[in-house]
Amino acid sequence: MQVIIHMVLVVVQLALLLTLSPFVVGLVRKVKARLQCRRGASLFQPYADLAKLFRKQPVISSTTSWIFTGAPYIVFASTVAAGLLMPVFVSHTPLNFAGNIIALVYLLALGTFFLILAGLDAGSAFGGMGSSREAIVATLAEPAMMLSILSIALTAGSTNLSTIVHQSALMEGVIVAPPAHLMALAALFIVTLAETGRVPVDNPATHLELTMIHEAMLLEYSGRYLALMEWAAGIKLLVFLTLIVNVFAPWGIATSLAPPAIAVGLLVYFLKVAALAIVIGVIESMFAKLRLFRVPEMLGAAFILSLLALVFFYTLKG
Amino acid sequence: MTALLTGLLACYLLGGLLPLCTTRPHLQNLFAHGCAAAAGVVGIVLGVAGLLSTTPLALSLASNIPHLTFAIRLDPLAAFFVLTISLVGLAASIYASGYVDEFSGRVSVGLLGSLLNGFLLSMTLVVLADNGFFFLILWEVMSLLSYALVVTEHEKPGVREAGLFYLIMTHVGTAFIILTFLIFFQDTGSFSFEAFRHPDQQLPEGLRSIAFFTALIGFGAKTGIVPLHVWLPYAHPAAPSHISALMSGVMIKTAIYGLIRVYFDFMGGEFPWWWGFTLLVAGTVSALLGVMYALMEHDLKSLLACHSVENIGIILLGMGAGMIFHTYGLHELAALGLLAGLYHTINHAAFKALLFLGAGALQFATHTRHIEEYGGLLRRMPWTGAFFLIGAVSIAALPPTNGFVSEWLVFQSLFLSFQLPSLFLKLMLPIAAAMLALTGALALACVAKAFGMSFLAQPRSAHARHATEVPRSMLVGMGFLAGLCTVLGLAPMLVVPLLDRVTAPLTGVAISSQVLALDGWVVAPVTVEFSSISTPVLAMVLVGAGALGLLMARLCGKGLRARYYKTWGCGLNLTPRMEYTATGFAQPIKQVFEAIYQPTVKLEQEFLEQSKYFIKHQRFESHIEPVFEKYLYRPVVTLLLATADRLRIIQAGSLHLYLTYIFVTLVLLLLWAG
Repeated sequence: MQVIIHMVLVVVQLALLLTLSPFVVGLVRKVKARLQCRRGASLFQPYADLAKLFRKQPVISSTTSWIFTGAPYIVFASTVAAGLLMPVFVSHTPLNFAGNIIALVYLLALGTFFLILAGLDAGSAFGGMGSSREAIVATLAEPAMMLSILSIALTAGSTNLSTIVHQSALMEGVIVAPPAHLMALAALFIVTLAETGRVPVDNPATHLELTMIHEAMLLEYSGRYLALMEWAAGIKLLVFLTLIVNVFAPWGIATSLAPPAIAVGLLVYFLKVAALAIVIGVIESMFAKLRLFRVPEMLGAAFILSLLALVFFYTLKG
Repeated sequence: MTALLTGLLACYLLGGLLPLCTTRPHLQNLFAHGCAAAAGVVGIVLGVAGLLSTTPLALSLASNIPHLTFAIRLDPLAAFFVLTISLVGLAASIYASGYVDEFSGRVSVGLLGSLLNGFLLSMTLVVLADNGFFFLILWEVMSLLSYALVVTEHEKPGVREAGLFYLIMTHVGTAFIILTFLIFFQDTGSFSFEAFRHPDQQLPEGLRSIAFFTALIGFGAKTGIVPLHVWLPYAHPAAPSHISALMSGVMIKTAIYGLIRVYFDFMGGEFPWWWGFTLLVAGTVSALLGVMYALMEHDLKSLLACHSVENIGIILLGMGAGMIFHTYGLHELAALGLLAGLYHTINHAAFKALLFLGAGALQFATHTRHIEEYGGLLRRMPWTGAFFLIGAVSIAALPPTNGFVSEWLVFQSLFLSFQLPSLFLKLMLPIAAAMLALTGALALACVAKAFGMSFLAQPRSAHARHATEVPRSMLVGMGFLAGLCTVLGLAPMLVVPLLDRVTAPLTGVAISSQVLALDGWVVAPVTVEFSSISTPVLAMVLVGAGALGLLMARLCGKGLRARYYKTWGCGLNLTPRMEYTATGFAQPIKQVFEAIYQPTVKLEQEFLEQSKYFIKHQRFESHIEPVFEKYLYRPVVTLLLATADRLRIIQAGSLHLYLTYIFVTLVLLLLWAG
């Protein structure tokens, strides 16, 4: 019985990740469009895009190897796997035992690795440029991410995501967030912007060779391969948003498997993610894209913030 | 087990002698590599048997020289290193049977094979030795044989210099190891390891600390701890590739063995916290600088040699954390840190040897080591490419590979620092973890560069265009290591209990049952509640999710066949010159970490006479400053040369003068003795 419930939970979580991620992408785009006084495409446009791409004939560069056609599946798989390791609307995740927060970070890195290789494979200068830039951004984001997560993990006494979220969900009084948490939150938010290719680090809406990072790596992709890559990017965004809302604001998440709790959990999760997506849309509209060599400063700031979070954790705890 | 040990020695000795008895290269090849491979198989069995047995095997042969006994002891720690050496040795000797064709006509295959057997034998005996004197002799033999192998192609430019550099560095190290043993000798009056282990009275604190540092410098010079790492990027690439694989994969690990032996076995009682902390700092700096210099290397084998510095750093991080926990009586965590370090030791042996063999295969096929001259090799050498990719993913510590498991364990032992009483250490260990995260990310960038530039896109040179797949024996050698990487990654439940047998006697607690939860499916440091991973399950989830993507692509795109067309080159035909280069790929990293690299750029431009907007000729040079060589080694060398110059005054070349010197020395010594 237990096994069946767990299987169902995994499948539901998988379905939620797959179906919700295009919506989040659409929502961010919509917010940006409205802030630019445009009506913007429908919230459901990304679904139509994906459906269309899956049904189109792909064109593959004749200079490529199996890495090029294999990478979309690996990137997709690693992002989905990362998403399955974390709690979404129920604080208990069946696959929790399979990997903690470090495993999640490294699974995403697996996707990044193959994305970088895919960018290099077609042999055009654009892809190489995108790969090279992705390498430096991902490199600098990682220490900040690791430290900010650690300061949260210390509070919960665990680096397992389910335990972290479950612990903080049970502590109702967490609303008054200690300074350590606020700093870790700020650091993780900056990392999110960098890792998911958002303004001010990257611009997901442009194909201008001087600025693009993620899009440059995907430049040679088409058809189902592009669909998988785009979908994976959407899921990655959703993974980061879920991570932030569930770790820093676990209110309302279902702590048991009772149907009312799950219903509330789903609804609250949906609202929280939507709210955070709107925040990202607003931020993307408010800032200009940074020069590539200013990005390290921003990520350096994130690292310092996460370090301070750790210092505060130990010193304020007494 | 005695029979196994005898068999092992016999195989290596036969492998060392037989190839010299014949002049036919074919037979020499067969004898040398056949014996080495057989010894490898025996060594694997012996290593596993040694790990599983409850009583260590000890053999001893007395000698006429005072304090020297030819004592051998196979305890779990030694057995683990015998296993590691034999695994890599087996792969390297299979590979070498095809690879030595590269040298036919230039180098004697028999001599090369004979030296290979001697080298493997000396490494195996180094970890088995149970007497300080015997250990030092073997250590010296190992160093000299590896030197001889490094200078195999001494007619090539730079090889002799690299060899000399290595020879000097390793002897500086040996001198410090001798000092360490002399300190113990002073205390115990014996060179036997048994006496070192159980001294009659504890060494005074000051001497113990000196022994700590001399051991760190002595073994550090061999293993490549920053700033003693400078010889690695010269010596490892100069050697034939299967030798590089052995040097980088296992020879530098004998120094890790030495460190564990000295710190945990000889001085295992108590150490002050700053010993562990020193190791932690050395590890962090080595890991970070190693990978940073690797990023700037465009000689594939130098790049891999720099990665060895990085991985040694990671091993030291585990060991250092273990020592710190040991100081504060947290024995389970101490065992965890040490176990993580040992796990990374065998993992690094597997994937680094694999990558070096892969680099050798590329050199075999293209006759160059320069990454910028590769490209498009995955289509020409599919198997080499696939094996190299497995090694690359492992060294970047990506799940579910073996590198991930051990790096994850190191992370955990650093994170568990919140149990320490000292606030300073509570903060320092997580910072080390953050630096390890940075190291991991840089390693990812570096292997992405190495693999991407070598195997993907179009060939950048005629060498690469005409490359073909290497002979089967070389592929078998690489395939064996690729399989080993996979097993070490997906089956931690097989590895952890064996490692636990090594760490349990050294730290006093067995943690296998705590590290492995849920029937071994889950690796969890100390408690499942704190954290856990399961690489088999992760692999299954990855395969499942990938299959889902494939299914969707199949269902939606029924009957759609991909069309092949050339890459968009902005209207021009795509040429390899349009591809990103390795230099270009690493450029942002060079710029961001300018303070460390201190790059210098030289740009010469020649303009047309009519206008300075048209460049006729342009030359661009970029170098990074070898900081340690310039500021640390250069002054020492200069000082030495200057001193030698001064001392020339007493070297008049007159025999009578020298006789006088001898006489005066003798008188002084007699006075001193009296």
